[in-house]
Amino acid sequence: MLNYAIKRIGLAIVILFTVMLSMYAMVFLVPGDPASLALGPRATPALKELLRERMGLDQPVLIQVWSFFRNAATGDLGYDVWSKRPVFDQIMEFFPNTLALGAVALGWALVLGILLGCAAVVWRGTFMDRLLGVLSVGLISIPAFVIAIYALLIFAVWLHWLPAIGAGQPGDIVSQIKAVILPAFALGIGWVGYLARLVRASMLEVMNENHIRTARAFGLPERRIVFRYALRIAIIPTIAILAVGLGSILSSAVFVETVFGRPGIGTLITGAVQKRNYPVVMGTVLFMTAFYLVVVTAADLLIARLDPRIRDVFRG
Amino acid sequence: MSSGANRGIFRSLMRDPMGAFGLILVVAFLIMALAAPWIAPYDPLKISITERFQPPSLAHWAGTDQLGRDLLSRIIFGARTALSIAMTAAGIAGGVGLLLGMIAGYGPRWLDAFLVLMFDSMSSLPMIMFALAVITVVGPGTGTLILVVVLVSIPGYARLIRAQTLSLGSADFILAERVMGASSARILARHLLPNVVGPLVIVLSMDIPVIIMLEAGLSYLNLGVRPPIPSWGNILYDGYTSLRAAPSMVLIAGLPLVLATLGFTFLGEGLRDAIDPKLKVRVPR
Repeated sequence: MLNYAIKRIGLAIVILFTVMLSMYAMVFLVPGDPASLALGPRATPALKELLRERMGLDQPVLIQVWSFFRNAATGDLGYDVWSKRPVFDQIMEFFPNTLALGAVALGWALVLGILLGCAAVVWRGTFMDRLLGVLSVGLISIPAFVIAIYALLIFAVWLHWLPAIGAGQPGDIVSQIKAVILPAFALGIGWVGYLARLVRASMLEVMNENHIRTARAFGLPERRIVFRYALRIAIIPTIAILAVGLGSILSSAVFVETVFGRPGIGTLITGAVQKRNYPVVMGTVLFMTAFYLVVVTAADLLIARLDPRIRDVFRG
Repeated sequence: MSSGANRGIFRSLMRDPMGAFGLILVVAFLIMALAAPWIAPYDPLKISITERFQPPSLAHWAGTDQLGRDLLSRIIFGARTALSIAMTAAGIAGGVGLLLGMIAGYGPRWLDAFLVLMFDSMSSLPMIMFALAVITVVGPGTGTLILVVVLVSIPGYARLIRAQTLSLGSADFILAERVMGASSARILARHLLPNVVGPLVIVLSMDIPVIIMLEAGLSYLNLGVRPPIPSWGNILYDGYTSLRAAPSMVLIAGLPLVLATLGFTFLGEGLRDAIDPKLKVRVPR
């Protein structure tokens, strides 16, 4: 297990390193000077020079890469070109909102998804099973931001049930909960369909396995078989997907956050992209990638603990 | 694939109501995209300030936007934008993925290890974050959009092809070819290629709705297709900004996106069920 853990963590570090390096390479491979692009055609040379200095572009390339890595390792992601605030501080200010949104979205999707998946297994082969199948595919395919806009129009603009914009007042938990409901609904609904499908498929597979047949032969009640033995194994692919899910849900939150004007990583990075604020974009992408890698690696290790077969596959 | 096999796939697709529904929607959108100049009732770019924010009527079936442009015409031309970007990007990404995947699966071990590390690094980047990083560097536009989609899609396709190539590489008929002295290039092109494209086609068709979603999303943020070129994303954004003035606009503007992604997904699912039911589904974005 320790061996596996070291290999897996090592791989994550190598990947993060490669990602950083290729992002840096990209900036230099693209023609045009980032400072002039950010300032537009009418900027004076002196202003450009100032901005170049602030972005660290006046240094030799290798020095830039080295200092970027060294600083990133200590949590220093550079400074916002325009406001001069540390990028890391801005990320820390916005990230909790995004994390809360992602967690609520994935949370309700998980509960409903597992329920629907189990229901489909109970009703397997019937019309209801088929209907749930079509519904799941439909939910997966509709873009979250279209649902977000429809939800905003219906529940905030027409019915006035919930706030249309923002993340609620700081310290006022009720307003924060109210503000998270619509975005989390829009963001999570695709995952309901996906998880329902996943749980159904892996449950059906597990129900055919030998140890379930053995449990049946021993005369254990069906409910106990499903919840004690089948779900325990059927949940494993769900955990793996949930980790990937948290990563991808936080990045697709970009669109939903924009629709609801919710201060978060999405609004931070889109604003920075529109203003070509390199340090903020690079820092945010790096932070999100690192976060994603940590979650995915942790999930892989957890799965290896739950299911020894995976460790063996990795070794072989 | 023989035409007999194609007919079999078509028949089992039509027998599945979901697949048939998907096929009909996809064909409708394809016709819309191809014949846009002939079926659109107005010029999608023609501004008419006196007619702004008109509700749906006989003259303007879907109403008009904040500049008095005909919404239906814009949606029809938006289909052209969405589908041409999606197909170009999927085509390029599929081609490059096919090549890299076969090289990784059939080439020397060190090259394979390097390529797999590249694929792993690329797919650990959250897609939208990566897209935004590329747009910051290259600048927004249709070309950037295609570049982004190609870059994020290649690893997935290459991994699929690599796995297929690896499992086929040790098959008896390939060994026989090698014993008879066939070159690697010949084996790759004549024997491996025809056997690995099938699953790729299914995965490509299932990725079209993801690309449509990404195009619309980025155009919505004004980081994709540049106005005034009609895109379902910037039409939706126009509707969003006039949410209170003309709610019908945003309702109608969301529909083509919903229907197109549904149609392509249902068709992809149907195709997969008809050809290769064991293929894995993607993670929602």
